[in-house]
Amino acid sequence: MAGPGQSEGDQLHTVVSDYMSPRRILAGRALLWFAAAVLFVTAVIQALYTWDRIAFGFENWRPVLYAFIFWGTALCVAQVLVRGEQGKRVLFVLPAVLFVVSMVVFPILFGLYISFTDWNLASPTGPKFNGLDNFRQMSGDPFYWNALKNMVYYVLAVSVEYAIAFGLALLLNAQVRARKFFRVAFLLPLMLSPVAVSWMVGKSMLEVRFGPLANLARFLGWENPSFFSSPEIARLSIMVMDAWTFIPFMMVMILAGLQALPKEVLEAAKIDGAKPWQGFWQVTFPLMLPVSITAIVIRIIFKLKLADIIINVTSGGPGGATDSVTSFIFREYRDRSNVGYGTLLAMIYLVLIIIFVTSLLKVASRWTRQFNQEGAG
Amino acid sequence: MSEQTAQIFVDTDVDIRFRAKWYTGRVLIYGALISWAIVSLFPIYWTVTTSFKLAPDVMQGSLIPWVDFQPRWRGWRSLGLSPATIFETSTVRDEFLKRFMNSVIISLSASTLAVMLGSLAAYGLSRFSYRFGFMKNKDISFFFLSQLILPPVALALPFLVLYKELDLLDSRIGIILLYTLMVLPLVIWIMRDQFRAIPVELEEAALVDGLSIWGAFVQIVMPIALPGMVAAFIIALVLSWNEYFFAALLTSTDAKTLPVMVASQTGSQGINWWSMAALSGAAIAPLVIIGIVLERYIIKGMAAGAGK
Repeated sequence: MAGPGQSEGDQLHTVVSDYMSPRRILAGRALLWFAAAVLFVTAVIQALYTWDRIAFGFENWRPVLYAFIFWGTALCVAQVLVRGEQGKRVLFVLPAVLFVVSMVVFPILFGLYISFTDWNLASPTGPKFNGLDNFRQMSGDPFYWNALKNMVYYVLAVSVEYAIAFGLALLLNAQVRARKFFRVAFLLPLMLSPVAVSWMVGKSMLEVRFGPLANLARFLGWENPSFFSSPEIARLSIMVMDAWTFIPFMMVMILAGLQALPKEVLEAAKIDGAKPWQGFWQVTFPLMLPVSITAIVIRIIFKLKLADIIINVTSGGPGGATDSVTSFIFREYRDRSNVGYGTLLAMIYLVLIIIFVTSLLKVASRWTRQFNQEGAG
Repeated sequence: MSEQTAQIFVDTDVDIRFRAKWYTGRVLIYGALISWAIVSLFPIYWTVTTSFKLAPDVMQGSLIPWVDFQPRWRGWRSLGLSPATIFETSTVRDEFLKRFMNSVIISLSASTLAVMLGSLAAYGLSRFSYRFGFMKNKDISFFFLSQLILPPVALALPFLVLYKELDLLDSRIGIILLYTLMVLPLVIWIMRDQFRAIPVELEEAALVDGLSIWGAFVQIVMPIALPGMVAAFIIALVLSWNEYFFAALLTSTDAKTLPVMVASQTGSQGINWWSMAALSGAAIAPLVIIGIVLERYIIKGMAAGAGK
């Protein structure tokens, strides 16, 4: 799979006498073919055994995995044997590429196959091809569409998180004492596992009878605080908890951006008599736009995976008001073992995400470019 | 203000107004900082104090130990981790320690593996030009980074089936591989930035001195990039320590991690507040400590993305 590398574009040029003896090249090729043959034979034997065509085979597919690892190693070794110095360069990237391809591309292809089957892990019968039935079921599944709609709300909440994170970053960027303490304190929520947060905040602090936040709400005049009974408030509670853990992430990125800003520009704006507020909107904010966009895009990507808190606090309730796509599919599998349908939903979600994020990146890059041109002109 | 009488220069009105404004500014800034610090720290404080409470203390919503309520070891005793029970045998503690060790082993191995694979790939991509089929360097980088948008749910069910066939369900190895995959794009992103910042001349000099490219990488580049690698490692560690989704689907008894244990306790009816608090406290403690001690590296790692 590795084609010849181009040496012209290299950052790092190497001048090495690269004489390869024919025997070395032969050994490399032989090793590669041998490993491929081993992999092929093990896979075929196991496949035939699983489909009851032959009587002997392995207990499970594990040996095929070993054969695959052996093939991967042989591929790496063969690169060096056959292509010498060039192969050693390929060796930097090849392991990671092999790893990701085998861990992503193969399962995704397999997932595509599953999503066109009727497959319940709880039932003894294996996968049954059922064409577009899963699609039909999906288009009539109000809960899935509802979960997708919730994802829109959740993603929109990122804008508020961004505003808070920017504010905090500005605070930390100001001349303050004990800056390290505040930085560590602000960072800590990010370190906590969402599952622990689900209990710490969702189940105990928001406890209706004696959770401290419920007490606070009563003190502030909300008579019967309940954070998870009405759909809107439940969704809001989930958003707040998720924001609480992830605001530090955006804050740190923005803070890093703020500290990398050219000091002269800010000084110049000050000397020109810009008020702090003006200076912020006309100088700091535009300069921070690229960093902001990166932070927001990454945050949105993380947001699209939101599930842990929902699974553990509300299980999607009340009436699916807090469901994210991930938590919905999680329950679809856990409660009904419905692998075929669940996988289809996940695949559709993947396609939607890819479309959404790609267009987001397109828009963002065009926006930054436009902005830079305006700034230059 | 007795000094002021002795001063030769008296503050004009403008100065005083300016100073007043400055003080208001300070008060606002510190007020905001302190309130957010409370927002950030209170849940942790609440969890830790609750683990020392008894039922009545919880009901009354007591907040301050020794003032509102008398701290007891009840929560920690139920985990077998209080001073009185630490030397006795305790099944709960064994269970907890097993999950804890699973989490430690899984997150450490996954992060190590990801930093190894990721650093090598990032170095290669920052120094050499590749062409794998139609893919050039840019495409390979994009291929790695695009894994970031892959939602876990799209992989989870295929992996469930595949792991069943491979006999990797409920095994540490299986989870380690998945977590490595999950954090690899972030590691590559951070490390690409780190390697770009290292001047190529260093390696060129090393090559002239007769080192091979791998020798130059190990002996010259790695020591310089080490802080970046630590940063990537810590971030990978945090993510894999906290991961719940895959662990909940793919582990059951042997390889169950700490978050899954915490979650399963949360779901049970009639939660023991003190023991849940102790359990959550113990689950977050390692990362809180890491956060406090290694904050520098975490920020460095996350800031790597902001530079671009």
